[in-house]
Amino acid sequence: MNGFGDAVVYLNDPFNWTRRGGILQLLGEHLAVSAVAVLAALVLAFPVGVALGSAGRGGGGIVVLSNVSRAMPTLALLTLFAVSPIGFGNRATTIALAVFAFPPILTNTFVGFRGVDADVREAARAMGLSGGQVIRRVDLPLALPLVMTGVRTAAVQVVATAGLAALVGGGGLGRIVNLGFGQQNYGLIIAGAILIAALALLTELALVLLSWAVTPGPRRFPFLQARARAGTAQPEPAAAGMPL
Amino acid sequence: MSAGSSPSGGVTVAVDAAPNPWFDPSYVIDNWDTILRYLGEHVRLTVVAVVLGAAIALPLALLARRSRYLAGPVLGLSTVIYTIPSLAMFAFIFPFTGLSSATVLIGLVAYSLVILVRNFLAGLQGVPADVREAGQAMGYGQLRLFWQIDLPLALPAFMAGLRIATVSTVALTTVGVLVGHGGLGQLITGGFNANFYRAEIVTGSVGCVLLALVADVLLAGVERLLTPWARLARV
Repeated sequence: MNGFGDAVVYLNDPFNWTRRGGILQLLGEHLAVSAVAVLAALVLAFPVGVALGSAGRGGGGIVVLSNVSRAMPTLALLTLFAVSPIGFGNRATTIALAVFAFPPILTNTFVGFRGVDADVREAARAMGLSGGQVIRRVDLPLALPLVMTGVRTAAVQVVATAGLAALVGGGGLGRIVNLGFGQQNYGLIIAGAILIAALALLTELALVLLSWAVTPGPRRFPFLQARARAGTAQPEPAAAGMPL
Repeated sequence: MSAGSSPSGGVTVAVDAAPNPWFDPSYVIDNWDTILRYLGEHVRLTVVAVVLGAAIALPLALLARRSRYLAGPVLGLSTVIYTIPSLAMFAFIFPFTGLSSATVLIGLVAYSLVILVRNFLAGLQGVPADVREAGQAMGYGQLRLFWQIDLPLALPAFMAGLRIATVSTVALTTVGVLVGHGGLGQLITGGFNANFYRAEIVTGSVGCVLLALVADVLLAGVERLLTPWARLARV
């Protein structure tokens, strides 16, 4: 018996969802911590990325930051914040996750704003747009696909990583997996894993749809578009996060 | 003065919190053997995972280059695997392999495979078609075409993929603590469980980052050695 049957039984019991400390409560905790972390990182990283990208400066530093963040294990950062004076719990988890969401958003915002054609910008200035108007009405729409890629990468990474918080005294869906390991209950482990994996995939899906909805200009439905260019591989870009 | 008072006059009692510094060289010196053992496990898991991942990714990338109908599913599946959190991945494998390092290894191979297949395929697709055609016209067989034309031209993309996969794998190995085979990650959770022993946690964390950076620098050196023409072109 490898636990998949037990997992289905566990997930099909409504009481496991609705009771105190059940799946719904853990899911809410998981999503709240993730959302706050991504929003905090967005609020901090977006202006910096816009400023540096528009000026076209600081690229070297951003590459270094992005590479170091790839080398830093998420488990290490979660643990370090948990044993700091902040104390373990959701606050430490949120801060650690926000630190992890920062580099992908910063890198992609930077690359997006730096990539705006200088001629387009010049034309906008010649038409009398002010500096702020150029950023809002010319740069932003052109950079938005990349900014959204950064947000999507960060969000999926954060939702995935939030599961690890349970290893160091945090909350969220990782609790179920952790409890399963503690009780040697394969069904519980698999049930938790299914929930976390499904949540990560749904987050990815939701944000693909969101970035499709907010991107201006002519557009095709994302999945059809993906099929149309399925033949070409995108190399793993430096801006993307790692699986965790 | 009573026996319980310290020289400065303040009374030291047993319930006072013991100092818990972030950095403590004596921890590293006293536990050097343990650290080396975990470091060895970490390096072994990383190397085996990346080598196995590359060995599987290369044929897959070569196959996927042949037709769009294969490339689509390969890339789509790799995106899905890439999105599965490592905690869930290890938990899925756990019932089959139990508390062994094989559980960690299978998960790590899956992730490195996914990163490598994308970079290998991108590198192979970046080889100019007319160069391959010229090779074919000169009578190169499939093997020679790969060895003398595809490989040198795609090498920078291959090496970039290997570097990313290695650094990511070093970081991911720590999640193996779930089944007790997390390499230096064992120090991180070990310190957490030993009443928040900060020196142990910091040693594990810094060790991971240093290991990743050393691996990256080593692979950069290998890339430099393997592509002498890139240096010539720059001069």
